[in-house]
Amino acid sequence: MNEVIKVGMADLNVAKSPQKIRTSGLGSCVGVVIYDEVTKICGMAHIMLPVSSIGKAVSMNKAKYADTALDVLVEKLVKQGAKPTRFRAKLAGGSQMFKFTTSSEMMRIGPRNVDAVREKLKELRINIIAEDVGGSSGRTIEFDPETSKLSIRTVSQGVSEI
Amino acid sequence: MDLVNRIKDYHLDILKEVGNIGAGHAATALSNLLNKTIDMKVPAVRLVSFNEITELVGGSENVVAAIYLRIEGEVPGNMFFMLPVNEANTLIQQLIVDKNFNLNHPPYPELGLSALQEVGNILAGSYLSALSDFTKLTLQPSVPALSVDMAIAILSYGLLELSQVGDYAIVIETEILEIVDESSHKTKGHFFLLPDPDSYEKIFHALGVPIDE
Repeated sequence: MNEVIKVGMADLNVAKSPQKIRTSGLGSCVGVVIYDEVTKICGMAHIMLPVSSIGKAVSMNKAKYADTALDVLVEKLVKQGAKPTRFRAKLAGGSQMFKFTTSSEMMRIGPRNVDAVREKLKELRINIIAEDVGGSSGRTIEFDPETSKLSIRTVSQGVSEI
Repeated sequence: MDLVNRIKDYHLDILKEVGNIGAGHAATALSNLLNKTIDMKVPAVRLVSFNEITELVGGSENVVAAIYLRIEGEVPGNMFFMLPVNEANTLIQQLIVDKNFNLNHPPYPELGLSALQEVGNILAGSYLSALSDFTKLTLQPSVPALSVDMAIAILSYGLLELSQVGDYAIVIETEILEIVDESSHKTKGHFFLLPDPDSYEKIFHALGVPIDE
């Protein structure tokens, strides 16, 4: 059974080997994987915005923001039996899909998302083992908790692994 | 206030009319450009959650050539014109008379890219100016930007404003197509109009169907 757990936009989920976990079409969004190599449990979040304070929503979707999504993800992983002291992270995404001369803050959302994720991981004391961020390409990512490899597919460069 | 609950069927019909008028003019512009019969489908106005957006653009692996314009003015929002990569290839080959142009592997030839950008500009421009005439609202489109990539990665860019107020989008989508003969047609592209959250009320107001508080 090679089940692949899917993570949608502004969504998060957990998986355990032999399951894999995947999210599609990361543009300015950032895909974060937190994993435990011993229990082979991992979680992935598809983050859209850097901080929850810029949200004006009536009901709040915590999976959307870097500063809230990772707390929820860690909580879910612990519930599954993963151990926080062993947590490591990999991330991908945060690209700038379009280049504009008039640079509004929204246009720079990719790099801002990446910064916010790095900062939050630091606060949670989770080391970033590898990352593939920035640039101007969309990415589809899939993580295999068995090997701890994150495979990244882009339209222009095919598949790579970190 | 939750916009979703206050929008009635007749509001959605009005948004369909918005798509109709805009894409109708764009189809005429493309028809003149290519000297072919270009038709359009009845616009689809959908309220979609972010999780459903992927299906809207034809699946997560779907690669498109997309022109993006940011709309400023009285009703800010985002506008995309997306073509399947093969359609973009054919279109550009016809326009620059170069059979070798294709978007399957980068680097892409500069001439073809700027031709594509210009086509996007003409089509989106005619869509928006028709819309502006109809609603008497001022719409100022930005310089168009071009990207060839996964449709969902591109469209997610247009969702950033909306994502600050909720997890859904009201998408006005219109497909334009070339009539090959009576029984077959070829998709030429899709327009996606994504007004910012605050713009809906202004659009409805301008068209005489304000939303109840």
